[in-house]
Amino acid sequence: MSVSPSTWERIAARGGISPRKARTHGLIFIGAGLLIYLLFARAAAIGETSTFVLNFGGAAETAPVPDLVLPTAPTLYALALVCAFLGGWQLARGFRRPNLALGVITGLFIWAFLTWASRGQSFNLTGMLNSALLRAVPIALAALSGVICERCAVINIGIEGMMLTGAFTATLTASLALNLWGWPSWASMPFGLICALVAGAWMGLLLAILAVRFKVNQIIAGTAINILSVGITSFLSARILAHFQQLNNTGTLQPVPIPLLYRIPVIGPVIFEQNLLVYLLYILLVVTHIVLFHTRWGLRTRAVGEHPRAADTLGINVFRVRYVNVTIGGMVAALGGAFLILGSVGRFDELMTAGKGFIGLAAMIFGKWMPFGAFGAALIFGFADALQTKLAILEVPIPSQFLLMAPYLMTIIILAGVVGEAVPPAADGQPYEKQ
Amino acid sequence: MPPVLELRGITKAFPGVLANDHIHLTLEEGEVHALLGENGAGKTTLMNILYGLYSPDEGEIFIRGRRVEIREPGDAIALGIGMVHQHFMLVPVLTVTENVMLGVESVKHGFFLDRTSAARRIREISRQYGLQIDPDALVKTLPVGVQQRVEIIKLLYRQADILIMDEPTAVLTPQEVEELFKVIRSLADQGKSIIFITHKLKEVMAIADRITVLRNGRVVGTTTPSQTTEEQLASMMVGREVLLRVNKKPANPGETVLEVQNLEVLDDRGNLAVRGVSFEVRAGEVLGIAGVQGNGQTELVQALTGLRPLLGGRVRILGGEVTSAPPRRILERGVAHVPEDRQRDGLVLSFPVADNLVLNTYYLPPFARAGTLQQEVILTTAEQRAREFDIRTPSILTPVAHLSGGNQQKVIIAREFSRPIRLLIAAQPTRGLDVGSIEYIHQRILAKRDEGCAVLLVSPELDEVMSLSDRIAVMYEGRLMDILPADQATREEIGLLMAGVKKSENHKDTKTQRGIN
Repeated sequence: MSVSPSTWERIAARGGISPRKARTHGLIFIGAGLLIYLLFARAAAIGETSTFVLNFGGAAETAPVPDLVLPTAPTLYALALVCAFLGGWQLARGFRRPNLALGVITGLFIWAFLTWASRGQSFNLTGMLNSALLRAVPIALAALSGVICERCAVINIGIEGMMLTGAFTATLTASLALNLWGWPSWASMPFGLICALVAGAWMGLLLAILAVRFKVNQIIAGTAINILSVGITSFLSARILAHFQQLNNTGTLQPVPIPLLYRIPVIGPVIFEQNLLVYLLYILLVVTHIVLFHTRWGLRTRAVGEHPRAADTLGINVFRVRYVNVTIGGMVAALGGAFLILGSVGRFDELMTAGKGFIGLAAMIFGKWMPFGAFGAALIFGFADALQTKLAILEVPIPSQFLLMAPYLMTIIILAGVVGEAVPPAADGQPYEKQ
Repeated sequence: MPPVLELRGITKAFPGVLANDHIHLTLEEGEVHALLGENGAGKTTLMNILYGLYSPDEGEIFIRGRRVEIREPGDAIALGIGMVHQHFMLVPVLTVTENVMLGVESVKHGFFLDRTSAARRIREISRQYGLQIDPDALVKTLPVGVQQRVEIIKLLYRQADILIMDEPTAVLTPQEVEELFKVIRSLADQGKSIIFITHKLKEVMAIADRITVLRNGRVVGTTTPSQTTEEQLASMMVGREVLLRVNKKPANPGETVLEVQNLEVLDDRGNLAVRGVSFEVRAGEVLGIAGVQGNGQTELVQALTGLRPLLGGRVRILGGEVTSAPPRRILERGVAHVPEDRQRDGLVLSFPVADNLVLNTYYLPPFARAGTLQQEVILTTAEQRAREFDIRTPSILTPVAHLSGGNQQKVIIAREFSRPIRLLIAAQPTRGLDVGSIEYIHQRILAKRDEGCAVLLVSPELDEVMSLSDRIAVMYEGRLMDILPADQATREEIGLLMAGVKKSENHKDTKTQRGIN
C-alpha cells in the first residue's frame, strides 16, 4: 500500500495527532488483535467456558445478578477480529478520537486476557473492581495533589514523601488517641486525619518556600522532600512504632453503604459501599473540578500556570496563588497517605507508599491535568494492581514477579507516549521572577 | 485643567546604566502621544515604572493633578492606567472572555464565575469602539491582530483611560496596522489618552498628536508631526545624521546559485510548516522573503542551512546537490548564514568575541594545525576583524554576551563575511537593532550583493524587504504566494499576500486542496 504524505496528514488531522502517531496507533491496534490470537485464542480448548461472577461477596442485600458465562474460544476469536478491524480502520480512514479508540482496544485486550485467564474457572469481576477502586484511591489522591500543584506551575515530585509523612502522622496520632488516651475510634480517626492534613500542609509549604521563594529547581526540591520523609518516617518508625505496638494500631474505617445507590447491580456496591475517605475523594474531585474551572481562584490558578507574567500584569499575586495551591496540594497528598492507614491497613510500615506518589504523577499526566481524567487514570493503575493479585490466585502460568510489575509497566507504557501528547501547563516547573 | 498624566523628573538606574534620567512627560486628554526612541533608549523602562513593574529611584507621577504612588500593577490598574505589552500578556488556552475578566472576575452567588455577563460587557465594548471579537473563542486560535484587540479590550474592560501601547505594530501586517490606527483614533476621539511607544518613524508621523523623543534615557525633545520630518526625528533619535533610504545600484544577476524545488519541511510539532516551496536565487541579486512571522520562514531557513531535516523536495547550491547535507558541507560550499535568533543559534554567548569569530573555520588552517588551535593566529585575526567591522567591545577576550545587540550582530557578520562566500542566507538580520546598526548591516549586505554574492533575505519587516530586495517572495502558511520584481511591487499588494489574499486564485492551490480532500 503506497500512502502519500498527504494521506497521512489527513488521517492525522482527523484525529488531531501527528502522522507518525496516527500510523503507530493503527499498528498497535492490529498488534493487539494479533496478540489475542497468538497468545490467548490458540490456547483455548474447544468447549471451554469462562465464568465471570458479577456479585460482590459481602453484600447480602444486593439483588443477585446471574453470572456471565462466555464460551472461551469463540469470544477470543471475536475480540481478535474486532481489534484487527479497528486497526485497519485507523490505517485506512483514521478515527476522530484516536485516544478513545486506543482506550477501547486496551479494554478489549484486557477482556481477552481475563477470558483466557479464567477459562474453565470462575472469576469474581465485581470483587476485583472493588479491589481496583480501593487501590486506586491513594493514587487518585496523589494525582489530585499533582493537579492542584501543577495547574499553578509548581511541579510536585515530593508527593510520595508527603504521602509517607501523612501516613506516619495519621498512624501515630490516631493510635495515640485511641490506645493511650482512650478516645473512641469515631474521635481518634478524625483526629489522626486532621493531624495528617496539618503535616501535609507543612510539607507543601516547605516545597512552596523552596520552589517559589528560593526558586530552587523543583525536581530537586521535591526529591529532597522525598528523601527527608523516607528518612524521618523510617527513623521514627524504628524508634517508636517498633517498640510500642499500641502506637501502630489505628483500626480502620468501616464501609458505609449509601442508601439506595449501593443496590445498583454490579457497580453499586463497588462505588457506593465504601468507607468515608473514599466518599471524601469523590467530593474532592467534584470540588476541585468546580473550583478549577468555574471560580475566580481556579481561573487565576490556571492563568498563573500558563502565563504568570500575564497574571502579574493584571494585579494577580503569582506567589500567593502558588503558596496556597502547593500547601493544599501537600494536604491532599497527605490525605492519600492517611487513606493507606485509616481506610486500608490500620498500621504503618516503612516505605509503605511503594511508589504510589509517582504512579499518581503518571496518572495526572495521563489524565491531562484534569481532576476526573486523573481519577480515571488512577482507576486504570488500580485495576492493573488488583488484576495482578487476582491472577496470582487464578494460578495463571505467568511468573508472579511479572504480575507484580504490571502497574509499573503500565505506568512506563503510558508515560512513554502511547497516548497522545499531553500538554502540561505552559509555565510548569519554572520559578517566577518579578522583572 | 491639569493634564491627565504628568511625569516629573523620573530617574531609574540599573547596575551600570542610567535607564531614565530626569524624564518629564505630559499627556493631555484625548491625545495620542508617541514616545520615540531606539532600543535601549529607556522607553520601556519608563512605561514599566508608570505601570508599577519597576519603582523609580527619583521623581513623581501626577494623575489629573494629584500625586500618586504606583507600587504594583494593581495600583496602576486602579488609577485607570492600562498597558498593551509588546509580547502579549494573554493566556493562549483560555477564552477571550476569561482573559479579559482575569483579575477583575465577575461572580454570581459569590463564588461561581459569571462568564455570561462578562461576555455581554465585552460585546458592548466591542460595539462602542469598533473592535470585532468573539468572546467565546480560544485566544490561541486567533490571529495576532485579533489577539491585540483582546489586549485593548482588556484595558477598556477595566475602564482604563490612559492606554500605553508598547511597540504595538511589531507583529502586524500593514493592513492590520491600518486597522489598529483606526481603533486608536476612535479611542482618542472618545476621550482616551494614549501613549504610543515605537521606533518606527512612519508610524509616528501617521498617528501621533505629539511626539517625545528619548535618547540614552533622556528626553531629547517634544514636537508634533507638522513641525518635523522623518529625517529630523531620526537624527534626534540617533544623535547624528542618518541615511534613511538605502541607495542601491541596479542588480546585475548572474548564474543561479541556490535552487529549491518543492521543499517540504515539518515543524517541531510534526506539522507541515513548509508546503512545497520552489524558488531560485541568482548571483548578484537579493531575493527577499516577506511574511508575518511564523508562516514557515524559520523552518525554511533551517532546512536550507542543514539544521532541520527535509520531508521532501531538493536543494541545489551552484548545481551541486545539498539536499539533506550536514551543515558543514553546506557551509563549505560557500554559504553564509545569519540566523534569526543570534543569541541562540549564532553565537556561543559565554565564549569570547575572538572564539565566536572563528566558530565556522576553527578547524581549518591557519586557525588549527595538527588538531591544535593556534591561539595567536585566532587573536590577531580577531583584532583585525574587530577593527574592520567596527565591533565595539572592551576587548576581543570579552564574552560576547556582554556586547550590545548591534555589536553581537556585527560579530556574526564579520565571521560570515570574512571567507569567500557565494550565498548569504540572512534571517531577520536587523531584528532588535538600532537605526545606526541597521544602516550599517544593510550596507554590508548590499556590498556583498554587488560583489556577486547571491542573497536570500528573510524578514518580517516589510520596509527592510522592500528596500533591499531585487525580487520579493511572500510566504503565507508555508507556501510562496507569489514572487514579484521589487520595483513593481506595492506595499498594498504585498500586505494582501502576507494575509493570504491573492487577486486571482492560483490554479495549483486549488489542485493541492482537491488532493487533500
